[in-house]
Amino acid sequence: MKNGVIVDLQHIFFSYGKVVVLEDVSIKLKQNDFLSIIGPNGGGKTTILKIILGLIEPDKGSVFVFGNSPKAARKFIGYLPQLFTFDYDFPVSIMDVVLMGRLGKRGLGKKYTKEDYQICLETLAMVGMEHLKDSQIGNLSGGQRQRVFIARALSTNPKLLLLDEPVASVDTKWQQTFYELLQELNKEIAIIMVTHDISVVSTYIDKIACVNRRLYYHGSKKEGMHKISEMYECPVQLITHDTPHSSSGERTND
Amino acid sequence: MIEILQYEFMRNALLAAILVSIACGIVGTFVVVKKIVFISGGITHAAFGGIGLGYFLGINPILTAIPFSLLSAIGIGIISKRTKISEDSAIGILWAVGMAMGILFIGLTPGYAPDLFSYLFGSILTVPFSDIILMIVLDIIIIVTVLVLYKEFQALSFDEEFSEITGVPTRTLYLLLLCLVALSVIVLIKVIGIILVIALFTIPTAIAKQFTNKLKKLIIYSTMSATILTVAGLWLSYFFDLPSGAVIVLVLAFVFFISVLIKKLYIKT
Repeated sequence: MKNGVIVDLQHIFFSYGKVVVLEDVSIKLKQNDFLSIIGPNGGGKTTILKIILGLIEPDKGSVFVFGNSPKAARKFIGYLPQLFTFDYDFPVSIMDVVLMGRLGKRGLGKKYTKEDYQICLETLAMVGMEHLKDSQIGNLSGGQRQRVFIARALSTNPKLLLLDEPVASVDTKWQQTFYELLQELNKEIAIIMVTHDISVVSTYIDKIACVNRRLYYHGSKKEGMHKISEMYECPVQLITHDTPHSSSGERTND
Repeated sequence: MIEILQYEFMRNALLAAILVSIACGIVGTFVVVKKIVFISGGITHAAFGGIGLGYFLGINPILTAIPFSLLSAIGIGIISKRTKISEDSAIGILWAVGMAMGILFIGLTPGYAPDLFSYLFGSILTVPFSDIILMIVLDIIIIVTVLVLYKEFQALSFDEEFSEITGVPTRTLYLLLLCLVALSVIVLIKVIGIILVIALFTIPTAIAKQFTNKLKKLIIYSTMSATILTVAGLWLSYFFDLPSGAVIVLVLAFVFFISVLIKKLYIKT
């Protein structure tokens, strides 16, 4: 880790078959950074997260996470995947889901310890879901599920948090609480948040990366706003939490 | 009802029904929640190659079916994850190739193949004691594996990607789960037959799923419903002199239908 750089993507190229998803994308993340990767659907945002996690390997370019290979660095990462990838009919309680964050901390075949339960209760309390710990995942609303998966990501005790569309389907009121929670967490851990909804580029985020196959902009938030407009080909306004946009909370992940 | 237990074949049949229910209750639950029903069908049919080999070599076909079903389980797992062939196609290929090999071996075996029908359609009344011993051993392997790796299998079934990130060897565990399916297939073949095995993997769990949404309870309820219904099917087939495998499947399906109705009419979620 040079100069506190914890994620270092250098000239990444990636394609699914013949479809080019990422072209020469370089992103750096330092300790205590709060980076938002924004861009349209299908622009390669989730792919970047999967490369950082080592779930897929880039065709070209190099990846260092905590100065190491992504696979070796996984144990320091908490991950919130996109919501629609789950089977909500699955027979599993909220507590069981959050405990999965502790899976790698125990050896194969070992039982979860009291400490694991304690940590999971704490992360459930952080997202205000501890009272539903025994409910089945299918009985929850979309927003509640999202909060459970955030708790699962936190229960890994991460040094880096990767969030894929975290506020999709979460109500406006909780969004505010959520950003305050992230800001609190950000004092100790770095956060990368992926979103296609630019209204969530809130006052709390200090850096942005605009990705639509290529990297359009990577740097501090203020200078990047006109670049976002260029990428989306329409004027974009930065919405802050001091002057909430009336419709910002009703956007859902489509 | 009790007097029929004086026959050894009936006692064996009852034991076999219970042993089968344990295997399909535990493994079937994971087959259903992990949605690997079709894969399990493929592994089952590929095992027929081993049955044929047994006939050809003149040894107990159940024994030669073990390596066949294990290899096809690992084959399907590896082909679908390591190559660009889709899992669907891999299953289809192994399914048919296994069956074809079985038919070929039986064709090459001189003379008539006795009991062939019992492997295809099941014959719980002709399970010999040696097969019961084998079933006990396989059941113990299944129970111990799932007890030890319960939390891993649960996480793997719910969210493979996340399990991988937490550092769990998901590929190996997935192959191990398929191997458990392969072993249960062996336990099930004699009782219900290759063609009907899929019913015991899916229907008891489908019934149990109407009444619980906890994984542990699902395993227990599946095992219980499988035990009661296979024994009921066994008795019905004995008294009406009907093929046991088919009767068991129809009893299972009938109760599943009833359970759906009960859930709809009386239980509010």
